[in-house]
Amino acid sequence: MGPNLLANYGEAVSMILFCIGFANLLLQKNLIKKIIGLNIMDSGTYLFLAEKGYIEGRVAPIIVDGVQDVSAYINPIPSGLVLTGIVVSVSVTALMLSLTVRLYRRYHTLNLDEISMRLKKEGL
Amino acid sequence: MDIVCNFPAVSILLCLFGGIISSGLKQMAARIINAVLILTVIVLSATTFVYTLATGSSFVYVMGRFPAPWGNEIRAGMLETFMATFFGIIMLLSLLGGEKKLHDEVEEDKIFLYYVLNDLLLSSLLALVYTNDLFTAYVFIEINTIAACGLIMIRQNGRTIEAAVRYMIMSLLGSGMILLSICLLYDITGHLLMSNIKETIVSISHYDTYYIPLAVAIALICVGLAIKSALYPFHAWLPDAYGYSTVSSAAILSSLVSKGYIFLLIKIFYRVIGIEIIRDSKIINILFIFGLAGMIFGSLSAMKEGDIRRMIAFSSVAQIGYIYMGFGLGTQVGMIASIFHILTHAATKSLLFISAIGLTEVSGGSRHFNEATGSGYRNKIAGIGFTVGSLSMVGLPAFAGFISKILFAQAALKNSHKMLPVLIVLGISTILNAIYFLKTVIRIYTPVETSLYKPLTIKKQKLYSFVIAMFIMINFFLGLMSTRVIDWITMGLEMFS
Repeated sequence: MGPNLLANYGEAVSMILFCIGFANLLLQKNLIKKIIGLNIMDSGTYLFLAEKGYIEGRVAPIIVDGVQDVSAYINPIPSGLVLTGIVVSVSVTALMLSLTVRLYRRYHTLNLDEISMRLKKEGL
Repeated sequence: MDIVCNFPAVSILLCLFGGIISSGLKQMAARIINAVLILTVIVLSATTFVYTLATGSSFVYVMGRFPAPWGNEIRAGMLETFMATFFGIIMLLSLLGGEKKLHDEVEEDKIFLYYVLNDLLLSSLLALVYTNDLFTAYVFIEINTIAACGLIMIRQNGRTIEAAVRYMIMSLLGSGMILLSICLLYDITGHLLMSNIKETIVSISHYDTYYIPLAVAIALICVGLAIKSALYPFHAWLPDAYGYSTVSSAAILSSLVSKGYIFLLIKIFYRVIGIEIIRDSKIINILFIFGLAGMIFGSLSAMKEGDIRRMIAFSSVAQIGYIYMGFGLGTQVGMIASIFHILTHAATKSLLFISAIGLTEVSGGSRHFNEATGSGYRNKIAGIGFTVGSLSMVGLPAFAGFISKILFAQAALKNSHKMLPVLIVLGISTILNAIYFLKTVIRIYTPVETSLYKPLTIKKQKLYSFVIAMFIMINFFLGLMSTRVIDWITMGLEMFS
């Protein structure tokens, strides 16, 4: 386990980041901190994909100088997946932020528990 | 290749473009486009269903020019096409049934957005049902989440925005886990297409090296989809989201959105991991236990609720529990029971939501239980609808709910370890269901001498009555023609592998 962990330190870091983000998204009370957690979590996943998709010493599969050997290039799909994932997470973040703005305008607080308390008092 | 093979892809694309075009149109045009789109989807899916029924096999449609290991694919078998048709019908009926309420509750200049969101939701549901590519599934899961969030918060008040935020938080946790699991699967197998992943997993499952990563990937994707489909104990967002959004949204969310994720999970069980490996892994036992817990605690929460809409919402938690309990049995019969319950629950829960709104309307708009006394006389068709829905949920013979309960019980008998807990919990849950649903039915048929509220006749609400009648017919169809539906489900499951 030890040497494997050292060799794959990138993946280990990405998993730690994922867990930090996950815990923040789940446990923080402040909505902005939750959204930061969401972004950390997603970035952790993208780091994992990027780490897995990269092989040391190889380059992106764009043919220059006529080298057509497979062993010279990396698989481009993980990078493509990362890009798609980033687009998705940006749009989700934007939606969350707009919801947060709406809640803040109405209740002047970012604390989700406090908002729930006030909603109960309103008895709507 | 027959022309029918294009239909699944065409219906997904039609809905996507329909949504984009509607976003620039006025309310009336958007509404017409939406109705035409859903009707087209129903017709196309039904045609494809008949085609697969006739040929007796599924077909793969290549998106773009790249063949199997590289390109993107759509796959349609009997189960997929049947689900797509069914989802289309339920969505159309839910939208028609809640239309009047939509105009009361949503600002006039924002109604067209509601139809845009519905187009997007339908396209993402179809894509989840048809796709053969895991990453496409992830992207459409996110589109589905965003559209569902819009459906919740289109009615603007504090409650719905808070519910939407809670829904988004739980959903995003789920989709983070799903994304990580897809990355792990891609890392292990090197493929994104479901059939290729399965081939590789079958060949590597003999080696110990891949045991832990595979188990982690299975666990992550199961838990992720379970969170998104509101399996107990991840249901905290559900009562507010279903209880305070406009009624069509509640019906669509409870009967379609969560079912889309569950259907994807079934596909992953059969077409990605392989059902044998799922059975050997311990994850289905976890789903089984949470399913059982959901069946009881969902019903208990529903009993305590004084608000009719929230009561129906909590009942959804219990019904989702039934479905996951069927997965947990780990047998073919259990899976068939679960799929049948998906249909039952979708048809019944939307009927209950739509008829509950009719009852509250003749009770001065109050959703509280006590105000609904005698409302079954004031709005007859809604009363009948609610009664049929309740009896089906309780599981009286001739209704759809009875068939799914008997299927679950039969499936449990074939699994000696899990038989006792299933039968006991099924019994308790049925009694609890009966308590809170029949309590409401008795309440709405308790005569009141002097009523403050005006009654509504069927003539004044023709469309609404038609929708309720259609829902009741679907319920009886599932209840009385069940052998045929079960045959279709069995054949569809065989086409999966």
